[in-house]
Amino acid sequence: MSQLIWNGLFVGSFYALVALGYSMVYGIMKLLNFAHGDIYMLGAFTGFAVLGAVGGVSPGMALPVLLGVLVVTMAVTGLSGVVLERIAYRPLRHAPRLSLLITAVGASFALEYGMRAGAGPDPQVYPLRLGGSAVELLGARITLQQIALMLVAVALMAGLNLLVTRTREGRAMRAIALDPRTSALMGINVDAVISRTFFLGSALAGAAGVMAGVYYGKIDFLMGFLIGLKAFTSAVIGGIGNIPGTMLGGLLLGLLESFGTYWLGGEWRDVFAFGVLILFLSVRPTGLLGERVTERV
Amino acid sequence: MTSTRSGTRGPVTALGRATSRLLEGKWALAGLAVALLAPFVIATPYAIFVMTSAAIFVMLASGLNIVVGFCGLLDLGYVAFFAVGAYTSGVLSTRFGLPLLATVPAVIVVTVIAGVVIGAPTLRLRSDYLAIVTLGFGEIIRITANNLDVTGGPAGIYGIPGLTGDPVVFYYLTVGIVSIAVIGASRLGRSRLGRAWRFVREDEDAAEAMGVHTYKIKLAAYIAGAVWGGLAGVLFAAQLSAISPGSFTFLRSALVLMAVVLGGLGSTPGVVVGAIVISLLPEVLRDFADYQYFAFGVLLIVFMLVRPQGLWPHRSREASS
Repeated sequence: MSQLIWNGLFVGSFYALVALGYSMVYGIMKLLNFAHGDIYMLGAFTGFAVLGAVGGVSPGMALPVLLGVLVVTMAVTGLSGVVLERIAYRPLRHAPRLSLLITAVGASFALEYGMRAGAGPDPQVYPLRLGGSAVELLGARITLQQIALMLVAVALMAGLNLLVTRTREGRAMRAIALDPRTSALMGINVDAVISRTFFLGSALAGAAGVMAGVYYGKIDFLMGFLIGLKAFTSAVIGGIGNIPGTMLGGLLLGLLESFGTYWLGGEWRDVFAFGVLILFLSVRPTGLLGERVTERV
Repeated sequence: MTSTRSGTRGPVTALGRATSRLLEGKWALAGLAVALLAPFVIATPYAIFVMTSAAIFVMLASGLNIVVGFCGLLDLGYVAFFAVGAYTSGVLSTRFGLPLLATVPAVIVVTVIAGVVIGAPTLRLRSDYLAIVTLGFGEIIRITANNLDVTGGPAGIYGIPGLTGDPVVFYYLTVGIVSIAVIGASRLGRSRLGRAWRFVREDEDAAEAMGVHTYKIKLAAYIAGAVWGGLAGVLFAAQLSAISPGSFTFLRSALVLMAVVLGGLGSTPGVVVGAIVISLLPEVLRDFADYQYFAFGVLLIVFMLVRPQGLWPHRSREASS
């Protein structure tokens, strides 16, 4: 039981990390960035390349190396997010929503198969594993690796929350989410803030990609597809556009999946997650913490 | 319908419309002639197979065009209906020994139900939600087919009876059915319902204000698309006589979407051409297989940026805005 809860929370913290990028971008420009899951994949591969360049890592140095790789990867994926927005989304900001969604699908496709052409179709084995023994806590087996990764995830999320609620930049983001045109009139550089939002979201997704690579030990070019869907589900459960809600949604989805797998069997895990998504959309489309939004005409 | 309206608009536009319609008819005839004559040019079994697949793909694209092109709803899991159709007819014909043709009513019923189950909760929401829910739905269907015993699990179903023995006859049959489906979709797009679809696509709030029941209209488009996809699935099952979950991945949904966008959203001739290009291109560009899908993704972005109306845009018969 406590094992199920712990597993759920652990996987859920990954979901939350990826979902935040989805949610922030949706909150600020009402765009579903389908390529977000592929930024996660790009992060995993960037980390893989950096680790390859570093060479062998002694077990004692694994954690500092991981942190270093995380920083580099976050910079790379963050910049890719900015470039993606600049090329594919900004020119279409005032176009019909369908066009924007289609470019997002195109971007996702280009990233996946671009990576396939670059790195090959076969899964790669991640060269870095955090060793460490397991500890027993309330009957759950918890490895030190899981604790370390979870701490990183929590630190990143706490940092993001501080940034959005306490800084000038965060205030600008929230203002644009409410009303982009008035924000521009108030002297906020809307384009620049949207760019930086993409940077933050993509950096978090990249970090999650590296952490997933380290934890699962295997990466492939389609790994972002499913997690993109799961992240969106998390965002919807918590209330898309709402940052604490999204974190909550991620953890909740992790827990639901963990119990769902236990009851129904692992092969039904993904079906169960989407079932939850459809249920939530029919019963409470604004999510647990989301507010009802009236469409402006 | 045309004659009463053209009377009020003066002879010049009526003449223009008549010629444009005649032209379109000419193109359709030319396309059909090419499709019918192709087996006389190359009749290797492989070529016939590729051409049959292309025809089925045209049917898929014309079905998705109803949803995305006419009504402006992005469906990213269109292959789900294709799978539902193929599996329904496959299961019924192999487990219960029904001839394939007898499964068609069941396929229609099941795809309509699937369309309602997915469409009813999501079509009330913003259109973006539909996109991602359909994406999830496509995966659900594939995973379910993979897990259930009745669908044969990962190995799928084999030994599905075909419609005819001879592949060339089957090709002609497919071309015939697909032509009817394409014309049907096009007529549907010009009907009263079709005008409502376009209105919803252009401005949903205005449509609602004008008394269009947007929810019902969108559901109708979604269900029509589902039935088209399901029937294409029956043809697919008949062609291959074996189906497995591996045939129904997101990749196929994305390719159908690409055909519709490339050809021109809402344009029937455009979508037919787009589907043929997308399905035959891999045969031509075999050496570039690694970069092909990458190029497709880039093309989607480029088209949306530079030419959102597609290669062969829909020419509206209503006054342009």
